Amino acid sequence: MKVLVPVKRVIDYNVKVRVKADGSGVDLANVKMSMNPFDEIAVEEAIRLKEAGKAEEVVAVSIGVKQAQETLRTALAMGADRAILVVAADDVHTDVEPLAVAKILAKIVEEEAPGLVLCGKQAIDNDMNATGQMLSALLGWSQATFASDVDIDGDTAVVTREVDGGLQTIKVSTPTIITVDLRLNEPRYASLPNIMKAKKKPLDEKTAADYGVDVSPRLEIVKTEEPAERAAGIVVGSVDELVAKLKEAGAV
Amino acid sequence: MAVLLLAEVNNGELALDATAKAVTASKALGDVTVLAAGASAAAAGEAAAKIDGVAKVLVAEDASLGHRLAESTAALIVSLAGDYEHIVAPATTDAKNVMPRVAALLDVMVISEATDVVDANTFVRPIYAGNAMQTVKSNDAKKVITFRTSTFDAAGEGGSASVETVGAAANPGLSEWVEDKVAESDRPELTSAGVVVSGGRGVGSEEDFALIEKLADKLGAAVGASRAAVDSGYAPNDWQVGQTGKVVAPELYIAVGISGAIQHLAGMKDSKIIVAINKDEEAPIFQVADFGLVADLFAAVPELTDKL
Ligand SMILES: Cc1cc2nc3c(=O)[nH]c(=O)nc-3n(C[C@H](O)[C@H](O)[C@H](O)COP(=O)(O)OP(=O)(O)OC[C@H]3O[C@@H](n4cnc5c(N)ncnc54)[C@H](O)[C@@H]3O)c2cc1C
Ligand SMILES: Nc1ncnc2c1ncn2[C@@H]1O[C@H](COP(=O)(O)O)[C@@H](O)[C@H]1O
Repeated sequence: MKVLVPVKRVIDYNVKVRVKADGSGVDLANVKMSMNPFDEIAVEEAIRLKEAGKAEEVVAVSIGVKQAQETLRTALAMGADRAILVVAADDVHTDVEPLAVAKILAKIVEEEAPGLVLCGKQAIDNDMNATGQMLSALLGWSQATFASDVDIDGDTAVVTREVDGGLQTIKVSTPTIITVDLRLNEPRYASLPNIMKAKKKPLDEKTAADYGVDVSPRLEIVKTEEPAERAAGIVVGSVDELVAKLKEAGAV
Repeated sequence: MAVLLLAEVNNGELALDATAKAVTASKALGDVTVLAAGASAAAAGEAAAKIDGVAKVLVAEDASLGHRLAESTAALIVSLAGDYEHIVAPATTDAKNVMPRVAALLDVMVISEATDVVDANTFVRPIYAGNAMQTVKSNDAKKVITFRTSTFDAAGEGGSASVETVGAAANPGLSEWVEDKVAESDRPELTSAGVVVSGGRGVGSEEDFALIEKLADKLGAAVGASRAAVDSGYAPNDWQVGQTGKVVAPELYIAVGISGAIQHLAGMKDSKIIVAINKDEEAPIFQVADFGLVADLFAAVPELTDKL
């Protein structure tokens, strides 16, 4: 079985986000970018499947600006076998929408015929939580989202999902799309020798036009603003003072 | 203009709070038809018909719709979509599983976790863990939206909408339910509780999480946790508050032994009053706290529980 892992280049999760003064978006010029944390978990899971003899090949895909090659090199250094970069934007501030990403991924799935696509549950920049579900819809495949445990056995996958009420376990038939949650695994760090090796692994470069997909956005960004700020609070000196303040505020 | 609203139905029962909040969010968009779907959904449909502002209820009952499997639920919604311009749901994990699938089947974008309705095509949603608010205008013929429940008040009761039955769509048969592991609790539900007490890594162990639970019980509160507390096994996953957990906005939020990473703040910074108890006065949680107490939680929390 081949495993396809879509990885997104996003602002590093430790970076403090700044909204641009003109309200056009978040400032991403000269900001540290990394692989979406959920996608690291997806890459890790794919590599473990390969190590366990359940997958033959792990292919990482990224869609966006040219710089996303760095993200793909990270995936290769972790252990993916090859990578596909689909250039679909020139400005780092352009976010390709999940629907367009899913359409491109659907074309790649047609070409590559993987048995499994492992997506992140959510990109930490647009917080959409949509691409895996959309890809699954376009392909007419099953989906298992928010996975905290995955057990692949032949042509079925038993997946435990993190849901509002606790945990749900479902069984899906492959080919399938699984979107991964934070507790599925702890992704490895790429070792220096593996980073060197990754430079020689194949990385194909394509464009959205190669797949005949129109990436023009369906959602027009009207404006981007800072969230409302909270008024400054106070530090209390003791539990008694805290209780008094809470009573005063009518909170208890 | 008409709205189809997917009700939150768990094991045949309506999750009233989440559904009623989505009704409030939808009111400005047109007449609201609520869809109650499940292996059994009639009782949930009856309950939804009583929500103020609901014009009509559709009940779809079929074994394939049990456990809200995405494929069959999405197929059902798409089969009904023709009559509606907006297809909406509260942003629960169930809806976030189903609605993007619906959107792609209709060839439209999804608008996730909207927090405000500007007009029929324009919505506000948080991005970057709530560090920016984006207003987007949809150019799609149909709008598929999930509404963040913590920002809308629940619609009241007193309605008497008509209830109709609809058939399920053909079951794609792609997935199968195996089991649910649901923790039973007498505490209020996290996303609708008026008071939430959350513990973080600072609590140190599953046993000591009892301190958090005692304080919560004293206040009639729900219990929450940081990701670190869940990852460390101190608390179950459904207690996680944050960017990738639950989003809450209670009257009172008490954060204990939580540092205040942006991913945690994303889930609670719209709470009315925030209390932080942390031994590190530099902890970022104090920047959003109305009342901060720099103290060892093992002394402060029992004392607070006593004195309240
Ligand atoms: C993609 C992604 C998504 C994430 N999503 C979430 C999410 O949804 N929710 C979430 O919470 N996090 C999330 N995180 C994790 C987040 O970045 C932080 O790592 C996490 O919130 C830290 O949890 P914490 O504050 O409990 O732990 P720490 O940061 O370790 O803080 C522990 C705090 O306890 C205090 N403390 C220790 N002992 C005591 C004592 N005896 N008395 C008083 N105080 C004490 C310390 O001073 C410290 O401030 C996410 C991270 C990523 C990368
Ligand atoms: N531009 C992209 N390139 C590659 N993968 C993506 C891209 N956008 C989204 N994904 C995948 O879809 C997941 C969910 O993203 P989203 O739907 O945007 O929250 C991510 O974790 C990735 O696995």
